[in-house]
Amino acid sequence: MGNGSPRLSTARSDRGPDASGSSVSPPARGESLVKIRGLRFLREGRPILDGIDLDLERGKVTAIMGPSGTGKTTLLKLISGQLQPDAGSVIVDGQDVHRLSHRELYRLRTRMGMLFQSGALLTDLDVFENVAYPLREHARLPESLLRKLVLLKLEAVGLRGASRLMPSQLSGGMARRVALARAVALDPMMIMYDEPFTGQDPISMGVLVSLIRHLNDASRLTSIIVSHDVRETASIADYIYIIANGQVMCRGTPAQVAAETSDWVRQFMDGLPDGPVHFHYPSAPLEREFFGAGGDAQ
Amino acid sequence: MIGALAGLGRSGLAAVASVGRAHLLLLGILGGTGSLFARPRLLIAQMFSIGVLSLLIIVVSGLFVGMVLGLQGYYVLSQFGASESLGVMVSASLVRELGPVVSALLVAGRAGSALTAEIGLMKATEQLSALEMMAVDPVRRILTPRFFGGLLSMPLLAALFSAVGVLGGYFVGVGLLGVDDGAFWSQMQAKIDFHEDVVNGVIKSIVFGVVVTWIALFQGYDATPTSAGVSRATTRTVVHAALAVLGLDFVLTALMFGD
Repeated sequence: MGNGSPRLSTARSDRGPDASGSSVSPPARGESLVKIRGLRFLREGRPILDGIDLDLERGKVTAIMGPSGTGKTTLLKLISGQLQPDAGSVIVDGQDVHRLSHRELYRLRTRMGMLFQSGALLTDLDVFENVAYPLREHARLPESLLRKLVLLKLEAVGLRGASRLMPSQLSGGMARRVALARAVALDPMMIMYDEPFTGQDPISMGVLVSLIRHLNDASRLTSIIVSHDVRETASIADYIYIIANGQVMCRGTPAQVAAETSDWVRQFMDGLPDGPVHFHYPSAPLEREFFGAGGDAQ
Repeated sequence: MIGALAGLGRSGLAAVASVGRAHLLLLGILGGTGSLFARPRLLIAQMFSIGVLSLLIIVVSGLFVGMVLGLQGYYVLSQFGASESLGVMVSASLVRELGPVVSALLVAGRAGSALTAEIGLMKATEQLSALEMMAVDPVRRILTPRFFGGLLSMPLLAALFSAVGVLGGYFVGVGLLGVDDGAFWSQMQAKIDFHEDVVNGVIKSIVFGVVVTWIALFQGYDATPTSAGVSRATTRTVVHAALAVLGLDFVLTALMFGD
């Protein structure tokens, strides 16, 4: 256990290029709704994503997992055009997100939904108005039809009875379900979930897990789940990417990832406290810290 | 030494970059002006929030400032036997200077800090990102109505401040100290020029309205999305807005009244 240099990259190279296919172009699967090629994103000169390739298949639930701070949320922001990459491309439904004009990007976003980690409900509007917001903005509907649509969306997430509550009156799980109803209000082609299970009690988590899968299948959505909740995410995902150190460390179906033997993937999937990712943050030896350079007081 | 110079350079570059971002934001805000005609309710809501909810502090402050002016003015003017000119002194001070300046400082403290905190918290809780993901431009939908709400509210609040201040001066001068009622009003009417005094005061308050609201919105929009970041941004709003108002007041006064 210790103080050496980061060993994630070692683990990856140990695994060899064929262990998961991560060092070559993604294997051909069904039609991709989102194609990411050579994506590189730097923050203050430090690479957060370093030339990654992903294919997110249409109609499927794809999970992007990895330890905290590895750029999973950044990846979602790049897919939705909220951030500009330093290199590479993100193609969504045939459109290069970062080459679109402001107007074209906003038009594309009407076909994307996003569930934020905090729910991000508008705090001065009640539940009904939060779900109605995108419909009022983009669809000129008669009030009676709009009301029915909103109540149907709320019914789908089990919160029709909470339509007149304010966001401050909702539990964390309820807020995320309302946010989910809002995200699907415009019947998008894809929906992105940013850490949907974080901080949820077991009941709320179970509800969210089944809702995500059910909505994806019933509405023929394409879902992208960014999470580090391994068991819940793997239970509903059709395909999994694991990223760390700005690279794709492993990819495959849940069964393939479960069978992966590399130390790094096993540590992440099994939640082991030490392994290629060290328990200790890199630091000088404890002896040197206590007794000065070289530990000469010994 | 080199480290200090490098630090100074970094601070300078950061300040210039911040000014650049503020101007880009202002352009974005002004670009959304047309959307106000489609949704006038958003503007009315902000005029209520910035203007109507500031009424109490403006009225009470205006009354006390006018009363103090009446008291101080009477003691100075009476030494020269000119206490009948109290009305002119009180009204000129209020309409030219104190009305626009003090009401701008009060609005910066009450409504400006609230705007910064609101926008900063919307950013910290990802509400602005959520709007973007709903294909709604947060600058046009959230910031533009607040900007024009502040811009339109400020001259009205300054006018109210001055009017209440004159009444405060009247109460002290005429009611308590025995200045002649007719002289108080007639001298005011004769000496206060509509263009020279009133219009210039209104121009000042419009300029202050723009600056205070712009600073408040920029600080909120540019805030680091953490509780400490929003807190620092709110403090910066009050400090920067107060300094900008006082500095601009000098420049505008020199331009308007400096022959």
